[in-house]
Amino acid sequence: MAVPGKVGLLFVSHSAAIATGLVELARQMAPTATLVAAGGTDDGRIGTSFDLVSAGITEADSGSGVVVLCDLGSAILTAETALDFLDDDARARVRIVDAPLVEGGVAAAVAAEAGDPLEVVVAAAESARGAATAASAGAVSSGETADDGANIGAAASGYTRSIRLVNSDGLHARPAAELVKLASTFPQKVTVNGTDAKSLLGIMSLGLTKGAQVDISSRDLSGREAVDALAALAESGFGES
Amino acid sequence: MIEGGISVGLDITWAVDWVRRSAQVIADHRVELITLDREIGDGDHGENMDRGFQAVLPKLDDLAAGSTPGDVLKLVATTLISTVGGAAGPLYGTAYLKAAAAAGGAVSLDGTAIAAILTAARDGVVSRGKAESGDKTMIDAWTPAVDAADAAAAAGVDAAGVFAAAADAAEAGAVATEPLVARKGRASYLGERSAGHRDPGAESSALLLRAAADAAAASAGA
Repeated sequence: MAVPGKVGLLFVSHSAAIATGLVELARQMAPTATLVAAGGTDDGRIGTSFDLVSAGITEADSGSGVVVLCDLGSAILTAETALDFLDDDARARVRIVDAPLVEGGVAAAVAAEAGDPLEVVVAAAESARGAATAASAGAVSSGETADDGANIGAAASGYTRSIRLVNSDGLHARPAAELVKLASTFPQKVTVNGTDAKSLLGIMSLGLTKGAQVDISSRDLSGREAVDALAALAESGFGES
Repeated sequence: MIEGGISVGLDITWAVDWVRRSAQVIADHRVELITLDREIGDGDHGENMDRGFQAVLPKLDDLAAGSTPGDVLKLVATTLISTVGGAAGPLYGTAYLKAAAAAGGAVSLDGTAIAAILTAARDGVVSRGKAESGDKTMIDAWTPAVDAADAAAAAGVDAAGVFAAAADAAEAGAVATEPLVARKGRASYLGERSAGHRDPGAESSALLLRAAADAAAASAGA
């Protein structure tokens, strides 16, 4: 059932295993979000099903909107056709997002979990485009990105806490999501090793392992509270050991 | 429909015959379409199209009395969308849906109406698939077919003649996809390697338009 007041997600894949696997993966970081899989054909073959996609949209829709992520071409065509058959009210709150299915799905799930509105969840999914250069993938926040030189200057005049990562598995998906969720509760821009702390994909792509130095910075002192909160979370090992 | 001894248009009998001939021709070419698709795609086009049209057949018996060609086209559209599975489902589904809308409630379709229906179908495929001429897709069969149908209709050719012109052009268009490099669909992943193979969607489009022309010729001769 769709969670009232929250954006729902629908993952459309040619493969039922990919769609349900992605729900499983995203669920790790979005335990209560509405995540629906529509993979494969009605009879379990590789392909996409108009009926499964249509039913999935309905299932994911609490009235707050649905973000649909697709894999290969015909998944998008099927989703677009399903939209054509919705009534105008329902169609107006469904977005088919052009983003990598897995990376975009996980980023959108974290935003949906946090209760973000439809357009913010869409932006989170879109932030996964070109995730290889994820340091600049902070579409969820202001989109403002410091280059390395500016960052050093900002750190000097701003506020920085440096800690060592204690998690045995490093900053993997779950703790990265915890960090992003906490950072998103502050209006100020905070960076982690120069990357926007509100960008899940940016943080995950830092690839920080146990013992890595983590510099949590704000350009100015107004971000001090946010930096301290994030540092405390990181020092606690994100509830892991 | 006979009026003054001259066949003036294509009616429900033609529409139902077209669907039956479509199902037959797709079944007959199932393996060929699978082979074409296996060379440059995912190999499921023949199987998917066959499943879709076979699913339409029993529904023809449930058509209400007084149904129009537009009703038949809509039935094909919704069935293909629900049963085909691959990209052909939404693409052909949209084509038949737009064709049904263009046919409206007309009981009989003349050459001009057929040209309008084919144009609407082609435009539906373009808007759904975002493909352009030369991308090595079904559009490369459809656009020459629409152009030929328009020219025939403008010359005052009857409905059967318009379909015959469209089918000829679609077949030539399908053959002409062979040297093209795919820019849309699964075949586009192959890049240059897609050249040298005929596009399966263009081929199935040509088969379906030939079935329409054959049904129209049979209807005109009846």
